[in-house]
Amino acid sequence: MEKVKTIVLKEWAEVFKNRMVLFTVAFLPLLFTAMPLITLVATANLEGDISGVDSPPDEFFGDLCIELSEFDCTQVYLLNIYTLMFMMLPVIIPASIASYSIVGEKTARSLEPILATPITVLELVTAKAIAAIIPAIVVTWIAFGAYVIGAWFMVTETIFGYLVAPMWLIAVFIVGPLLALMAVSAAIMISSRVSDPRVAEQLSAIVVLPLLMLIIGQSVGFILIDRRVIVLMGVVVAVLDAGLLYLSVRVFQRETILTRWK
Amino acid sequence: MIKCENLTKKFDETLAVDRLTLDIAEGEVFGFLGPNGAGKTTTVRMLTSLIGPTAGEATVMGYKIGQDDQEIRRNVGILTETPGLYDRLSAWRNLTIYAKLYEVEQVAAQVEKYLKMLGLWARRHDAAGTFSKGMRQKLAIARTLLHEPKIIFLDEPTAGLDPEAAKLVRDFIAELKGEGRTIFICTHNLDEADRLCDRVAVFKTRLRVVNTPKALRKQLYGRQVVFHLAEAAEPFGAIAATFPFLKRTQTVENKLVLAMDEPERHNPEIIRHLVQSGANIQFVGELRHSLEDVYLQLVKDES
Repeated sequence: MEKVKTIVLKEWAEVFKNRMVLFTVAFLPLLFTAMPLITLVATANLEGDISGVDSPPDEFFGDLCIELSEFDCTQVYLLNIYTLMFMMLPVIIPASIASYSIVGEKTARSLEPILATPITVLELVTAKAIAAIIPAIVVTWIAFGAYVIGAWFMVTETIFGYLVAPMWLIAVFIVGPLLALMAVSAAIMISSRVSDPRVAEQLSAIVVLPLLMLIIGQSVGFILIDRRVIVLMGVVVAVLDAGLLYLSVRVFQRETILTRWK
Repeated sequence: MIKCENLTKKFDETLAVDRLTLDIAEGEVFGFLGPNGAGKTTTVRMLTSLIGPTAGEATVMGYKIGQDDQEIRRNVGILTETPGLYDRLSAWRNLTIYAKLYEVEQVAAQVEKYLKMLGLWARRHDAAGTFSKGMRQKLAIARTLLHEPKIIFLDEPTAGLDPEAAKLVRDFIAELKGEGRTIFICTHNLDEADRLCDRVAVFKTRLRVVNTPKALRKQLYGRQVVFHLAEAAEPFGAIAATFPFLKRTQTVENKLVLAMDEPERHNPEIIRHLVQSGANIQFVGELRHSLEDVYLQLVKDES
């Protein structure tokens, strides 16, 4: 455990001196927190004006808008989209950290001396994963907390109840970390094949595409994110995690790293 | 300390190391010479349990590679071909990380000891990325020694260093030799190998030859004495050739080069005879072939 801790602290000391990583870790959560709050401020005075605008049919909302006014329902609908965006953070941030960390070590040729020490491959992969996942989760939770606190001042109690519904708490506190693990596993595999951290980061961020599709799907009225979708997503991501983690540990073998990594 | 028996490594269809058999004694400084792509780094990686062999076996300090890998890693130190430092971190931090990974008990004391020993103490808080090549190499050497390994593998320890830095590194290796550690050096620098190594091996996918530098010279060239004359040497070459103990006679301008087994015994007789024949001998010395001559000769013979 001491070795894992040593590597984790080393990763943070190194990677957070990289401006690109720092930008991703600091700027994105700020943006994702500010956007919904600005939207709430901007739409606060629109009540009454909203009736008559084209909106998805009532049957589309299912039980989302029971006992809600059309304005409240629209607000819930918008906030759902924004809350979904908080699930993108645990994907983008660890992909960025892991990519810069692994490709950075490859280009600096600092992996061989590390691999020559009595650290096990599992300890090394675990440390790399923890170093990438923990900052992502912490930052996501802080950003989500700030968003929830901000929204509490701006929305009615009913709407606030929707915001902190179990569905979203599961999404942010359970599915989010699972997504982060998936992003790190993907970043490890991709980093083994490329020699530019930006390429690794961009390719790893492909993991975010299904999430984007969900957001777009809900925005255009194609799909409604509800409890079932979130639970299903959690199950699918957990299964994918198991497979990707197995593959990334296989890629992260001493001999493979030293003789096959490009 | 290091024993290999038919150690072989293949990468797909490419044979990198072919049936290497070696026995390196405790406290020996062993030079591993060979051209680029000869398989030297692959051999070091196998012996440090970084990669596994395709066939054959080897033991390092009695630990078997492929079986006791963690023990081997715990007990050997390796200086890789490139320093592989964390450029954004300080020298102190770089070494602390490795001391912890090598399970060193007194981390701070060991780090301090080697930073001071290698003259980096004053720069301990500076990022490794700001160091010169020589300082980076010294830091990497310090990293190799933190856990006091009994066997040290040095892969091209002076490659790319300026003469002053290279000398510093060489002097330090000589110090380590004095401490009784077993040192395995891969190098292109034959002068360095000649000065530091007890034995050298010439290796190109397979072991071509292994012996002490002195024995290799003798094996290839025998012992040769050069007589510098005040006049052309050619007429005296024919005179010298009459000595039955001479193995070879060669003349180059005013130099007479004679190969024999025991120059200490035969030189007085040769000198007397040459002087009586009218030669004006200016000075006499043993012709020392460099290890480079030996290496190039072996590589030439091979091709």
